[in-house]
Amino acid sequence: MKQFFAFVKKEFFHIWRDKRTLFILMGIPITQIIIFGFALTNEVKNAKIAVLDYARDNVSQQLIQKIAANKYFQIDKSLYSYQQVEPAFKEGKIKMAIVFPQNFASDLLHGNKAQLQFITDATDPNVATTLVNYANAIVKDYQTDINKTTVYPYTIETEIRMMYNPELKGAYSFVPGVMALILMLTCAMMTSIAIVKEKEMGTMEVILVSPLKPFRVILAKAVPYMLLSMINVISILLLSVFVLDVPIRGSLLLLLSESLLFTITSLALGLLISSLTNSQQVAMLFSFLGLFLPTTVFSGYMFPIENMPIPLQIISNIVPAKWYYNIVKAIMIKGLGIASVWKETLILLAMTIVLFTVSIKKFKTRLA
Amino acid sequence: MPSVVVKNITKKYTQSKKEQPIIALQNISFEVEKGEIFGIVGPDGAGKTSLFRILTTLLIAEQGSATVDGYDVVKDYKSIRQRVGYMPGKFSLYQDLSVEENLNFFATIFHTTVEKNYDLIKDIYSQIEPFKKRRAGKLSGGMKQKLALSCALIHRPSVLFLDEPTTGVDAVSRKEFWEMLKRLKQEGITILVSTPYMDEASLCDRVALIQNGKIMAIDKPNSINQNFGKKLWAVRANNMFGVLKTLKSWQEVFSCYSFGENYHVVMKDDDNANAMAIHDYLFKCGYREIEIQLIDANIEDSFMALMHTENEK
Repeated sequence: MKQFFAFVKKEFFHIWRDKRTLFILMGIPITQIIIFGFALTNEVKNAKIAVLDYARDNVSQQLIQKIAANKYFQIDKSLYSYQQVEPAFKEGKIKMAIVFPQNFASDLLHGNKAQLQFITDATDPNVATTLVNYANAIVKDYQTDINKTTVYPYTIETEIRMMYNPELKGAYSFVPGVMALILMLTCAMMTSIAIVKEKEMGTMEVILVSPLKPFRVILAKAVPYMLLSMINVISILLLSVFVLDVPIRGSLLLLLSESLLFTITSLALGLLISSLTNSQQVAMLFSFLGLFLPTTVFSGYMFPIENMPIPLQIISNIVPAKWYYNIVKAIMIKGLGIASVWKETLILLAMTIVLFTVSIKKFKTRLA
Repeated sequence: MPSVVVKNITKKYTQSKKEQPIIALQNISFEVEKGEIFGIVGPDGAGKTSLFRILTTLLIAEQGSATVDGYDVVKDYKSIRQRVGYMPGKFSLYQDLSVEENLNFFATIFHTTVEKNYDLIKDIYSQIEPFKKRRAGKLSGGMKQKLALSCALIHRPSVLFLDEPTTGVDAVSRKEFWEMLKRLKQEGITILVSTPYMDEASLCDRVALIQNGKIMAIDKPNSINQNFGKKLWAVRANNMFGVLKTLKSWQEVFSCYSFGENYHVVMKDDDNANAMAIHDYLFKCGYREIEIQLIDANIEDSFMALMHTENEK
């Protein structure tokens, strides 16, 4: 046991003395959360639009005012002819243009039917669709307003409730995603590099010719990174609760223990990588391509897995981050208990055991 | 019982299936007695490191067997790892740990403490103790070697494997290092040491001369030199560069190579060879200030001669 602690202590010295790596290790989660939380939102807010009003009557003015008052839109410029529309888009500032034809009010009030054109920049299709929907809703609202007296014989009223995330905040889905990503990166990449470094520096040669058991070496390498990762989990949670207003609805203890489990899964993956590679560069590349990409692509927080072709959906099942992501979402956002996530937990547990066994079996007790 | 027994060890490295494997060691056998300083002397690429790695259980030989302290290097590798000290050719301590931390770490993983075996490393460690707070990576070459030796000794090993411990170390530190080994020998520790420096061979109790994975001779350094068996002449003259060319192209010369300020020359007709004949030939070729001396062969001469005969085979 004394041997083991001496090794862990030594490992902490390595981490502590490599200030740059330590900084990256502890800085990644904070910057990621801040970047994702403030810069990379896919919510549409304050989209700049242009208005081309040929009508200039009271109806078009009222509509423009309504749109301008909305938080989703910001009227950037008024256009005077149709020819100006495309150059305005080409400038790149505006996302949508609204065109009122001549006689808009009289068409509406006397001809019973008026036309209104929305032109959007569909280079980003999601934003374009969202903007059109918002604008449509405003127009419909206005329509209901002016038709107050009319009574429709049959109406279906839809009532919408956004469960768990009524404000449709992006943070609700990316906080669990970032947690999965950070844990995967810090644990797997750092442990694999730490072990491969010993091979590269030649210290592994000396360690092998000692009574230390391989199992202990591996474990001692993993423990410091496990502790660091748990600190990362806590700092991510603190940031998301206090800075991003993402709640932890379920049990904190359950969330932390699931995170610990996932940390161990990632460590096991890191150990496996380290036993397959001999240089730090290769280990880094391996971790990046083998872990970072699948984690972002297949965990489901960036791209919905349901929309992927079946073969990719099947592949996503072997990505541990997917299961962890689902667990965190269920506990944190939906407030569910172990009863709802036991299946995912079991899958993670099984993956961990398999990975650990393989990496200990693969750990070379000799040089070649 | 001998400390180390090596029987018919052969080691090959296969790089790819198409290419021929590289043979690092060819059918090597020797024995090292307890408390002996056994030198393995040979140039780079001779197979010294492979041999050390096999004996320290880090590599497995294709053929042959070996025991260290009576334990088989393949079957009982765990027991061997408990009792040997190994210092690899490349500096292999933690560069970001201090001198003291490195020593403490190695003491702990070998189930011991620095205090317990301090008397064994005192002579060596006391020289670097003033720098004990310094990071190992910041030490000079000689100090690094002293620290590495201290770490390899801290658990009082029965057999010590030192792979090129003096390569890249200055002359003074090299001398000190060998004096340390002499003292360790008195503690009853068997020492296997490899070196590319021929002059260090004479400091060993016995040496094995190794070249291209084959042992050319194993004996006491003096006996190897006595087995040289031919007259060896040290030659110098005014135009040294020309002399080498002249002698090499002379059909009477068996071998000629530079050694320090002289050329060492062996004649083909050894029985009748005399200094006068060489002098006359060189004089005839226009050289002056010719000095010729009959000298005793040293290890390097023996090595060159053995290499010559190996190549002839």
